[in-house]
Amino acid sequence: MKLKKTFIATALALLACGTALADITIGVSLPLTGPASGLGIPVNNQMKLWPSTIGGEKVRLIILDDATDPTNGTKNAKRFVTDDKVDIIIGSVATPVAIPIADVAAESKTVQLSLSPIQLPPGKDGWTFRMPQSNAVMSHAMMGLMKKQGVKTVGFLGYTDAYGEGWLKDFTAEAEKNGIKVIATERFARSDTSVTGQVLKLVAANPDAMLIVASGSGAAMPHMAVVDRGYKGKIYQTHAAATRDLMRVGGKAVEGAYVVSGPAVIAEQLPDSHPSKKVAIDFVQKFEKAYGPGSRNQFAGHGYDAELVLEKIVPMALKKAKPGTPEFRAALRDAMETMGRSVVAHGVVNWTKDDHWGYTPETGVMLKVVNGDWKVE
Amino acid sequence: MDFSIASILLLDGVTNGAIYALLGLATVLVFTVTRVIFIPQGEFVAYGALTLAILQTGKIPGTVWLLLILAAIAAAMDGVGAWRRHHNALAALKSALKTLVIPVVVAGLTAWAAPLQMPLLLQALLSVCIVTAFGPLVYRVAYQSLADASPLVLLIVSVGVHFAMTGLGLLFFGAEGFRNPSFWDLRMSLGALTLSGQAIIIMVTSVALIVLLWLFFERSLYGKALRATAVNRLGARLMGISSQSAGQLTFAMAALIGALSGLLIGPTTTIFYDSGFLIGLKGFVAAVAAGLASYPGALLGALFVGLVEAFASFWASAFKEVIVFTLILPVLLWRSLQGGHSDEEH
Repeated sequence: MKLKKTFIATALALLACGTALADITIGVSLPLTGPASGLGIPVNNQMKLWPSTIGGEKVRLIILDDATDPTNGTKNAKRFVTDDKVDIIIGSVATPVAIPIADVAAESKTVQLSLSPIQLPPGKDGWTFRMPQSNAVMSHAMMGLMKKQGVKTVGFLGYTDAYGEGWLKDFTAEAEKNGIKVIATERFARSDTSVTGQVLKLVAANPDAMLIVASGSGAAMPHMAVVDRGYKGKIYQTHAAATRDLMRVGGKAVEGAYVVSGPAVIAEQLPDSHPSKKVAIDFVQKFEKAYGPGSRNQFAGHGYDAELVLEKIVPMALKKAKPGTPEFRAALRDAMETMGRSVVAHGVVNWTKDDHWGYTPETGVMLKVVNGDWKVE
Repeated sequence: MDFSIASILLLDGVTNGAIYALLGLATVLVFTVTRVIFIPQGEFVAYGALTLAILQTGKIPGTVWLLLILAAIAAAMDGVGAWRRHHNALAALKSALKTLVIPVVVAGLTAWAAPLQMPLLLQALLSVCIVTAFGPLVYRVAYQSLADASPLVLLIVSVGVHFAMTGLGLLFFGAEGFRNPSFWDLRMSLGALTLSGQAIIIMVTSVALIVLLWLFFERSLYGKALRATAVNRLGARLMGISSQSAGQLTFAMAALIGALSGLLIGPTTTIFYDSGFLIGLKGFVAAVAAGLASYPGALLGALFVGLVEAFASFWASAFKEVIVFTLILPVLLWRSLQGGHSDEEH
């Protein structure tokens, strides 16, 4: 009996040492179910293509479903830091979920690589880095095209959640700088089946362009409602709508839509001078080989970029400390802040101590839907 | 707001309200006959719309597999039940086969028809058959053995069934939504108002279904039997009405109404695997406004919910859902002041 107990104890101790010494543990919280699952599932698919070692160390990926629910996201993050003792947290790809995870990350002093452009109050984002382009960077790309088209007034139709709110704030600020006015603001919920009321009000205001802030195939319904009401101006969509599901659901109605996107989505159409071209094509080829032609999207690209970032920061941090320790986690953060200019599929990132957003304003690419396909504008 | 905007909103509210009315009627129907507060009513809506969407692509929808699995479970339950009563293998087998036959026929038909890419109307009919076949099976597997439990227990089971059906919906249909083609591509302009063919279909179908339901309950023997069960289960049983077949028939009707609602709403919006819940919940609000007891009440409640929703989305789009669901509070208050403590009598 005693022998058995000793044996179990030794085995457990060995097991504990094993994970503590060698493996890098990464906790990933993604919406695999719920309204944002269309964003989470491609990231999960991309992570299945990750190598089993990064920087010569074995990687233990723990992927949990947060069901697009902030409470679940917090629960996952707490589990990561208390039970799994992760070295880094990745996620979530849904904005309302990624925000509370940032709190847990800051409390436990663990780096969070958010896959969503989350806005945090100053001082709260000490441990959070964003993988997607900020809404401000994307607004910048939109402004370029809007000014070229002579757009003076914009109507805003967006989600009643953190994603819509973030866009409204950043876009309004960017627009003011460029002398463009947001003259009407209407909101809708991810689960709404009709936006007739909102669209009536927006069309009555008669703006030169309409900005729709929604994600995945959910971006098609408001777009079609605007077209249905006979609106003749330009319609813009955000980078959360940069997936082929927009065309699949929207069909003819979304023809001519302007969608801002990271470069990864249109890898082949990038000019050869674009720094991301090589990596972006690598991402697209690997992803579409596994999941079929046309399956690429903005979010899978963030999953790919997260791996590129890890490949760079893990060796830097390994020089300073062993995985599984607070020193290693701190070293990872230092590595993030000092890794310098790095080319990823979605552009060029350069995180610094004061800037946890990373991308330069030139990252966003304006696409136009032409004959059911993307065309760089 | 001028007259033209008001009329557009009115039309939008009535169109949505017609769908909520159908779901409200189904909720009232299920509750009165079986005392089940059927939360997954909306899931039938999503299943109906998405099954048609998958049939459109020429594939066999995943709902067919679920149907077969559910049928197998229900058949096993029926077989075991019959064995316990009669201790006769033949009787057990017969009872199990009886449960299996409809789902297997529907599944076989789908497997044969799916790759043929038949006309839209036939595919729609097939989707309705598939989803309707779910009704009795869901009742058999989840509720029948609990028929004498309290409404609270049945409500808890409903929550479980809702989550199971949503999760399976994600598995079968994927995370991205679908939009079905319109059944009638008509666009009529009446001044500022554009009347679409689909809106006409929605309203006509809703009215027709409500009339049919009324005829069914007033004129047919089955309908009268269901009403008898609704009034007094024990009494109905003493009169030779099987409360089990009453329950299964009710659930089949609820699934049929759900599937039809799904087909009606599918061309007007993008339906996701989890869209049904909120649509069903609005039907539920309408049913609660009617005290879960009155069909005309549910109809009026649903139209009211649809109109409030349309006007709220115009005036205060960010608070639309808040306004719609807060509506239920004064109604409940009024009902509790008026009705006393009917809940405790069950």
